Amino acid sequence: MSLFNVFNIASSSMAAQSQRLNVVASNLANADSVTSSTGEPYRARQVVFSTIQTGGKEAGGVKVAGIVHDASPMKQAYEPNHPMANAEGYVTMPNVNVVDEMVNMMSASRSYQNSVDMMNTTKTLLQKALTIGQ
Amino acid sequence: MISKLDNALNFHQTALNVRAARQEVLSSNVANGDTPNFKARDIDFSSVLSDALSSNTNKTGLTTTSPMHLSSSSGNSFVSDALYRIPQQPSADGNTVEMDAERTRFADNAIKYDASMTFISGQIRGLMLAIRE
Repeated sequence: MSLFNVFNIASSSMAAQSQRLNVVASNLANADSVTSSTGEPYRARQVVFSTIQTGGKEAGGVKVAGIVHDASPMKQAYEPNHPMANAEGYVTMPNVNVVDEMVNMMSASRSYQNSVDMMNTTKTLLQKALTIGQ
Repeated sequence: MISKLDNALNFHQTALNVRAARQEVLSSNVANGDTPNFKARDIDFSSVLSDALSSNTNKTGLTTTSPMHLSSSSGNSFVSDALYRIPQQPSADGNTVEMDAERTRFADNAIKYDASMTFISGQIRGLMLAIRE
């Protein structure tokens, strides 16, 4: 019954999008973290999506292939009184782009809604299929 | 007699199977709306349905004697008939999913699946009426 596979596809998408949302939350929360347990300022994280290929040309869901560190340069803020400031008075700030992250968040939440909607439609269809001939 | 019943329901049964396979392919497109380099696919409903009806209900698969053999039909044979969509506005990351169009097709396919179920229910009701008379 291939309609049940829609549930697998939609749930894989929901899992992937919620992980993306988690990463966005981490980035936004750490947008001002100039240091961490390693002593380095926080680097923005980004998720990488890839299609789940179960073999052949079948329709596949989506998974998070990995979480990569954003390679964009770190921000430099001139704050000579800051305890983390270097000799020139600059503090290395995280390379989190708050606007990008907000857009990312909206995109993730819309995609999540899409998946929920697909699941509901499929559920209705399956329930109707159960009443065939009644 | 039984074959007549089977023939009566065969068309809509096959149609439902193709619709379900198309629903699966469309849901995969929506799920992969943010995946880089994903290519959207779709099933040409009418041609796949007429193929399925002409090739005697179920497609016959090859018998494999080893798990290493390639199977001729990987579970759902209709999904393997999916073709790649030609995008109107491909995005920079190589993704060809156009979410509005996909959602429209998804809703359209769901309604038509529903319609097929209504037809099949009507047929069954008609047959039941004939049996009772």
